[in-house]
Amino acid sequence: MTFLALEGLGKRFGSHVAVDGLTLGVEKGEFVSLLGPSGCGKTTTLQMIAGFVEPSAGAIRLEGRDLLAVKPAKRGLGIVFQSYALFPHMTVAENVAFGLEMQGVAADERRRRVGETLELVGLAAFSGRFPRQLSGGQQQRVALARALVIRPRILLLDEPLSNLDAKLREEMQIELRQIQRTLGTTTILVTHDQAEAMALSDRLVVMNQGRAEQVGPPHVVYERPATPFVASFLGRTNLVAGETVRPEKIVFAATGLAGKVRTRIFQGNHWLYQVETASGLLTVIRQNSGEAMPGEGEQVHLAWGKA
Amino acid sequence: MSSLASLRVAKAPYLLTLPALLLFAGVVIAPLVMTVLLSFHDWGQYKGIEPVFVLKNWHEVFTDSYFLEMFWRTFRVAFFVTLLTALFGAPEAYILNRMKSPWRGLFLLVVLGPLLLSVVARTLGWALLFGGNSGLVNKALMSMGLASAPVPFMFTETGVIVALAHVLMPYMVLAVWAALQRLDPQVENAAVALGAGPFTVLRRIVLPQVMPGILSGAIIVFALAASAFATPAIIGGRRLKVASTLAYDEFLNTLNWPLGAAVAVLLLVALVAIVVGSSRLVERRYAQVFG
Ligand SMILES: Nc1ncnc2c1ncn2[C@@H]1O[C@H](COP(=O)(O)OP(=O)(O)OP(=O)(O)O)[C@@H](O)[C@H]1O
Ligand SMILES: [Mg+2]
Repeated sequence: MTFLALEGLGKRFGSHVAVDGLTLGVEKGEFVSLLGPSGCGKTTTLQMIAGFVEPSAGAIRLEGRDLLAVKPAKRGLGIVFQSYALFPHMTVAENVAFGLEMQGVAADERRRRVGETLELVGLAAFSGRFPRQLSGGQQQRVALARALVIRPRILLLDEPLSNLDAKLREEMQIELRQIQRTLGTTTILVTHDQAEAMALSDRLVVMNQGRAEQVGPPHVVYERPATPFVASFLGRTNLVAGETVRPEKIVFAATGLAGKVRTRIFQGNHWLYQVETASGLLTVIRQNSGEAMPGEGEQVHLAWGKA
Repeated sequence: MSSLASLRVAKAPYLLTLPALLLFAGVVIAPLVMTVLLSFHDWGQYKGIEPVFVLKNWHEVFTDSYFLEMFWRTFRVAFFVTLLTALFGAPEAYILNRMKSPWRGLFLLVVLGPLLLSVVARTLGWALLFGGNSGLVNKALMSMGLASAPVPFMFTETGVIVALAHVLMPYMVLAVWAALQRLDPQVENAAVALGAGPFTVLRRIVLPQVMPGILSGAIIVFALAASAFATPAIIGGRRLKVASTLAYDEFLNTLNWPLGAAVAVLLLVALVAIVVGSSRLVERRYAQVFG
């Protein structure tokens, strides 16, 4: 039996349909990402699972039981909000302890578990600080600790890394994945960052205008996009004679589609090319292996393996 | 050349604030200084005011138990008014904040509307409600079984406190309202998701966050209550004097201006000390948390 089941979930705000007949099964321990452009209904979906937005259609089941009949306070879900939503008047330790207090966990046990969880997110030294004395990344980890410490049945993450700089975000992605693996918590992550979604998830749900366009493991969704929307949303694509070709699948060869290099951009570990061909402007990505590469204005031939 | 220009630039802000500064000095500082000077002058029933330097008035203010009682009463009244406005104003602001769109605007107007009305008119309204044993308030209290005999309101501290609390309520509501506006509703949701019930959210999450608002409202209300004149004058009358009505009486009835000036200056100094002291305390308490 699926652990968490969304069955034809829908939400309309007046005449605007924010989520439209979303059906999704999430297995226990699975890491699923809701991925899509701004305004496609990701947050709304998450808030319906959390209980802060009431669905206008459909059902949500947790282990077969109707979750909509359960009050938000009784759902036992761990949530990391897009804005962190830390309690500004409480210290880090108090923030993390709050959920345990609500569960009536005894003081010693509470202290022990708060300590453990802060250790886990690497904030043991900051337990006495107030949220506004922390950096964005630290606040985000407090929010994560606060959600994890109650040992939630499901962890809901709403763009938890969107406010971090690239390096810290990468670190946090690795940390998040490790924590999730260690604890085996079923996790639903909302993001509009496709790289983040692919790096972290067991499965992706690509959403567009309130509907799930494709559901599947990251590499499958990337290699075999079900719709043009999914193809274009997940990385760069070239459309050649009705066929979708990923830029990194195209190589420079002795024969093949003739073209002329219009621009060449060096991006560290790879080169990004724009090549003018009879089928239009194609994007080509080549690994930087230290070899000489065609320069701007040069005539080249492009080839790619048929998928 | 360039130093000349920078000098001119450095002067500009002062020059620009000069008109306002002159106005401030003219209408605030000058009368204040004159009042302070006045408090050191002598006065006699037949000789009137003598511009000499004596400590007589100050000696009288500090040693006569009559004045001590007046000041005690002033601050006692201000304290209870502050307590009442906090007790009623904070929940009032909270409920208002939770109201839906058309009602919220309407009730905000109801709450703040009294500010558009003269204090004298509002206080006279209370005088009518309190008036005599058959006043409306007493009738209501007795019919609800809250009082067995008519409660004396006119010329009592209770009456002054009730009327002042009503008059000053909007300031508390506004201060708390402003603090509530700054709350992130997701923070309350976060508490709910962690298993907190509505009452716990209110007590553990909302109240501590709006506490700075309540305290700053309290400081404003306290200062206004302690220096209020019209309401204590109408409800308390000459039988129940507070510092401001006392100063007024010394000026206009006894015509002992120097003594009235001493009372007024003492009220001002005490108030400034209390207000500055308590806002320092509040600031220090919350600097770390809210900045
Ligand atoms: N309370 C509301 N009232 C009216 N419309 C709303 C409300 N909440 C969301 N919407 C609309 O529903 C749609 C989906 O919103 P949602 O917040 O779920 O988007 P999102 O996918 O999380 O976007 P983002 O990536 O920008 O956070 C949007 O078009 C939004 O304008
Ligand atoms: Mg969102």
